[in-house]
Amino acid sequence: MTESAGIGGAGGKPIISIREVSKIFGGAVTAVDDVSLDIHEGEFFALLGPSGCGKTTLLRMLAGFEIPSLGQVLLDGQSLDGVPPNKRPINMVFQSYAVFPHMSVFDNVAYGLKITGVDKAETMARVDEALELVKLGGFGGRRPDQLSGGQRQRVALARALVKRPRVLLLDEPLSALDAKLREAMQLELVRLRETVGITFVIVTHDQAEALSMANRIAVMESGKVRQVAGPAELYEYPNCRFVADFIGKMNLFEGRVTGLAGNQITVQVEGLGEVTLPAVEQAEGEVGIAVRPEKLRLDREDPGAGRIAFRGRVSEVAYYGDTSNIFITDAAGRAVSANIQNEARRTDSHVAVGDDLWCSWDPQDTLVLTG
Amino acid sequence: MESWRRNPLVFWVINLPPSLWLLFFFLIPLGLIWIFSFGEKRGVVDIEITWTLANYLRAMDPLYLQIFAKSLWFTAITTLLCLAVGFPIAFGISFAPAKWKPWLLLAIILPFWTNLLIRTYALIAVLRTRGYVNFTLEWFWDQGNWLLALLGLGQYQLLGAQFEALPLLYNNFAVVFGLVYVHLPFTVLPLYAALERMDSSYIEASLDLGAGQFRTFFTVVVPLAKAGIISAVIITFIPALGSFLTPDLLGGTDSQMIANVIERQFKSANDWPFGAALSFILMYATFFALALRALLARGSSSMEAA
Ligand SMILES: Nc1ncnc2c1ncn2[C@@H]1O[C@H](COP(=O)(O)OP(=O)(O)OP(=O)(O)O)[C@@H](O)[C@H]1O
Ligand SMILES: [Mg+2]
Repeated sequence: MTESAGIGGAGGKPIISIREVSKIFGGAVTAVDDVSLDIHEGEFFALLGPSGCGKTTLLRMLAGFEIPSLGQVLLDGQSLDGVPPNKRPINMVFQSYAVFPHMSVFDNVAYGLKITGVDKAETMARVDEALELVKLGGFGGRRPDQLSGGQRQRVALARALVKRPRVLLLDEPLSALDAKLREAMQLELVRLRETVGITFVIVTHDQAEALSMANRIAVMESGKVRQVAGPAELYEYPNCRFVADFIGKMNLFEGRVTGLAGNQITVQVEGLGEVTLPAVEQAEGEVGIAVRPEKLRLDREDPGAGRIAFRGRVSEVAYYGDTSNIFITDAAGRAVSANIQNEARRTDSHVAVGDDLWCSWDPQDTLVLTG
Repeated sequence: MESWRRNPLVFWVINLPPSLWLLFFFLIPLGLIWIFSFGEKRGVVDIEITWTLANYLRAMDPLYLQIFAKSLWFTAITTLLCLAVGFPIAFGISFAPAKWKPWLLLAIILPFWTNLLIRTYALIAVLRTRGYVNFTLEWFWDQGNWLLALLGLGQYQLLGAQFEALPLLYNNFAVVFGLVYVHLPFTVLPLYAALERMDSSYIEASLDLGAGQFRTFFTVVVPLAKAGIISAVIITFIPALGSFLTPDLLGGTDSQMIANVIERQFKSANDWPFGAALSFILMYATFFALALRALLARGSSSMEAA
């Protein structure tokens, strides 16, 4: 998987630079709080975060529908201050699609071209090409009310792409689709981006969606960007408790750093005792100790030295077919979840509720979270 | 709905009183007037129903046809002006900050709380020869003269020897002005309702695709507000066509509308059958307008469903 450098290359000039941008609504609500980001040419960039964290507001500032209260947005190094939405080479796919209901599919897609004075023959050719691209060839004569939700969304995509923008913005484009269609569209959007080579910026609150589609992801929380990284880095090396918890599932313990020796630190963890971990920067005082459920191993016997381990009782078993999620409660009553691959074919569970087990993991798989 | 059908007793208990009310105080009187329109006047109060068509034929007299035409003409201009003035107002209110909206709407509805007669007299005070408009114009005239005198051009009387008050009252202009004034809220409210319901992302999408404000207004906002525009036109046109107070008080001798003629038949002329016939012709015209609306709405219904 690509890391933060992304497709654009580490040295590549950013296509969009967001510089210390804040947006304050009505002098009271800080929707976006001092955000600085670079988005590179040809990237599939995702803005990820829970509801109300300011993703849409940030995207709308790129489109020009909101004006930053502080800071500025640059496109190819040029400030976009004072440039209205209709003068930006940036197009948007709206969450509600906003396909004009009083125009045919063809007229919808041709709308942006007519404005720029593209001649008839070229308009025809480009609209057909755009519709072909989103697999709506031959739908030009339809009216939007004769289309399904997924097809309407493709019209919105074609309508934006036909303008050949520098950047395409997508605000939760898949949230209105059912699960199957959403999965298909995720793959299709990735394929589409590769075909057209345009930079995509997508807003989503679905972490799985962001991980599977984007080259790089900015995780936001209450207006602030917490971490910007590639999907694998974000999953394996979250930089704070919020990101660790928001991306995937995470078992979190609270601890206190008691010693630092060479490249090892010792941490006193509630319920685990003293553990020795690979050192991380700025680890002192209170820290969070985190481990992913799939990194846990369950044993009947003591796994021995070299692993972080505790003894607990199975309190719940959730069977998902390919995997099972097993909850183990320790003596203090804290529940930890372990994700176990069901590799061999069997219908009885090898772990049952009430079993006493050893739960352990490799110190290398442990995260020390300071933020 | 379904459960009401299964429990007809409740349905009838709820619906019978209003149905009877409608029957006795609306449908039956209307039916009587309809029957009168086929009658002949015999004495001061006697009307004999002879099923004659004479009243309708009389209404076809060029004299009355001309008044019908004039009424339609006034009403059409009024409706167009109301749309031209009301659309920007409604658009402005629907995009105003949320806390202002109730107050702006109140300002639109406020005239409804004052009696029409009072409002019309107020208009007279504004428009008459020695009214506020002319006072203001005269003030400008004075200032202009003063300025010219200052520039040494006083002796040429460039602004005329004397201030000429504009004839703003007792003519067709005054009637249309009054009709627009009275009916503007009828236009603004349905337009506002339509614009308020409209998803603002359509407007943003248009801007995003490179359209300017004007193009967006005419290619996106107006077509999407079509249903609201049709409602506004109907709801303005119908009461405006039946106006009699406004032309009566503000109009000149040649600016009567059909409702003034009808009123005269029922009152001073005491010719109920003829008045009834004229009323029904007006009503048929209204039905025609409604049928037209239904026809137009059919074209746009597929749009609304989207
Ligand atoms: N026009 C506005 N006026 C006032 N507050 C606003 C406005 N738009 C957004 N906000 C506030 O700013 C914050 C961020 O909103 P935003 O729509 O950007 O969130 P989001 O991350 O897109 O959430 P969601 O996932 O629910 O769409 C919210 O608290 C919201 O209430
Ligand atoms: Mg949003």
